[in-house]
Amino acid sequence: MTRYLARKVLLYLLTFFVAVTIDWAIPRLMPGNPIDGLISRIQADSTASQELHGYFTKSFGLDQPLWQQYLDFWRGLLHGDLGPSIAYVGSNVSALIWAALPYTLALLVPAIVLSYIAGNRVGAMAARRKSLDNTALPLAYILTATPYMWLALVLAYFLAFKWGIFPVSGAYDFSVQPAWTWEFTQSFLSHWFLPFLTLFLVSFGGWAIGMRNLIIYELESEYANYLQALGAPSKLVRKYAYGNAVLPQMSGLALALGAVVGGALVTEIVFGYPGIGTLIITALQNRDYFLLQGLFLLIIIGVLIANFIVDIAYVIVDPRTRAGIQGS
Amino acid sequence: METADTSADLISTPEVALTGAGATDDFDPGQKRFETLYFAFHNTKLVIGLSVVLSFLVLAIVGPWLTSADPFEFGFPLGIPPNSTYWLGTTSAGQDVYAQFVYGLRSSFVVGAIAALVAGTLGMAIGFIGGYLGGVVDDILSMLTNVVLVIPTLAVLIIVAAYLKVGSLSSEALLIGLTSWPWAARAIRAQTFSLAARDFVNLARLSGRGPLRVIASEIAPNMSSYLFLVFILLFGGSVLTAATLDFLGLGPSRVMSLGLMMNTAVSNAALQLGMWWWFIPPGLAITAIVGGLYVMNVGLDEVFNPRLRRT
Repeated sequence: MTRYLARKVLLYLLTFFVAVTIDWAIPRLMPGNPIDGLISRIQADSTASQELHGYFTKSFGLDQPLWQQYLDFWRGLLHGDLGPSIAYVGSNVSALIWAALPYTLALLVPAIVLSYIAGNRVGAMAARRKSLDNTALPLAYILTATPYMWLALVLAYFLAFKWGIFPVSGAYDFSVQPAWTWEFTQSFLSHWFLPFLTLFLVSFGGWAIGMRNLIIYELESEYANYLQALGAPSKLVRKYAYGNAVLPQMSGLALALGAVVGGALVTEIVFGYPGIGTLIITALQNRDYFLLQGLFLLIIIGVLIANFIVDIAYVIVDPRTRAGIQGS
Repeated sequence: METADTSADLISTPEVALTGAGATDDFDPGQKRFETLYFAFHNTKLVIGLSVVLSFLVLAIVGPWLTSADPFEFGFPLGIPPNSTYWLGTTSAGQDVYAQFVYGLRSSFVVGAIAALVAGTLGMAIGFIGGYLGGVVDDILSMLTNVVLVIPTLAVLIIVAAYLKVGSLSSEALLIGLTSWPWAARAIRAQTFSLAARDFVNLARLSGRGPLRVIASEIAPNMSSYLFLVFILLFGGSVLTAATLDFLGLGPSRVMSLGLMMNTAVSNAALQLGMWWWFIPPGLAITAIVGGLYVMNVGLDEVFNPRLRRT
């Protein structure tokens, strides 16, 4: 078990190292001087351009040798200093990220957990009931093929604009102040529901399909046949099949995280939800590279931590990893 | 992108796929082909999925010929709903939505195909070599695969596309292909690994053929159906990823795409103006194409693997 977790941690550290290096290298490897590109996009007059050129060169530390730049990048990173924001003058990147992160997590965590549980349940049920299999499965395939932003648009159009059941954008009504009051909670929840539903529905489809296929496969295996031949009740056989099918689904969870995070970003943009996705689009529109690089690191770190949590859960669920029988 | 990561779940488990491949030895090849075709045309999922995908492909090819409008051309009436002149209406800036839609469809197919080719080639190269050679080579390639697999694709694409202004469909497709291969490599490696232990592969190895020739002559042909399924899933995933990138405004800005349509619809308040004809068709088409590909994949899986046919 320790060996298993140690290997995983090593992999994540390596991944983190590669990701930080990519984050550092991309602006420096791109054709042309990134500073010139920045300034031409900002379209300032010539004196301002020169000022900016000096400022950016210093901020990026581009006047120093490459190895020094690389070390400085790491130093800044480990101190939580991600540089100033260009889009939001006067704020630094880490403060902006900390302000936006809770909103994104409030969408992502419930959507991932609930869609995983519900998808597994429905998938397992579909595997044993033909009628459900024929109705739920096509729906699951459609859901998993839906682009997040489009489902968000459709839900916003019908449920918010046409029928006015939910508010259209933002995280809470401007008339209330963020506080632990009933009024705010209500406003927050009604704004939260549609983006949450979008994420939930698309991921739900994938889990249901995966579980259904795994259960069918497990029910055909030798141990299931043997149990049935012994006269075990089919409920018991299904219970064992479910237990075995949950394991691959859990490793799937780690892989699906990146996709859901991407989905959350575009969903937030559609609903104007003030999380990381909205921050990314602002950064992109304003060519705020410090902010983009900080957000990139945040997403990487978030996904790695989430992966690690899944790994620990896997150890708890799978006795083989606990006993060290299986390497990975 | 994003979405491509879970795709491995959509193919039946490797062992099942291999029984299908192994069973072919007993058949007369001609009869086998006929049998496969028979099951292909009698598989509802395959027929439905394929028809949906093909009808959109035809629309993507023929559609642009049916209109004289350029997808970026202004000057049409502003924001009118679909009618007999403007089949899908116009945007609030006076652009023809039908023209945007059919040219966007073309882009989706082009990007999907190129990206799937790039990712498929990379995935096969890494999966075949790692799975066949094993040892240190396999360890290094697996490590590389796992690292790229964990890094969220979309985050990398956003940062790369933000710095490197993507100018053409092919460079967008290349970027997507370069980041979406890991699950394919892992799936192909697992298949190769179990095939490499079979007698006929050992025999080929004993006969003195080099690794590349054994892979090309013994291993690849025996998992060709599996590779085809992988390619379809890579294609569908790439279409979704491209749509996300275009929606974020990171795709080529001078080429119309379905994601770009949704991008402009959102930024021009199509939602608030109730202009559903602007944002419903592009997403509906993507859902139909990708969903069609997935369903087709399930059908093909059943056709290739006799054991799945009865379920």
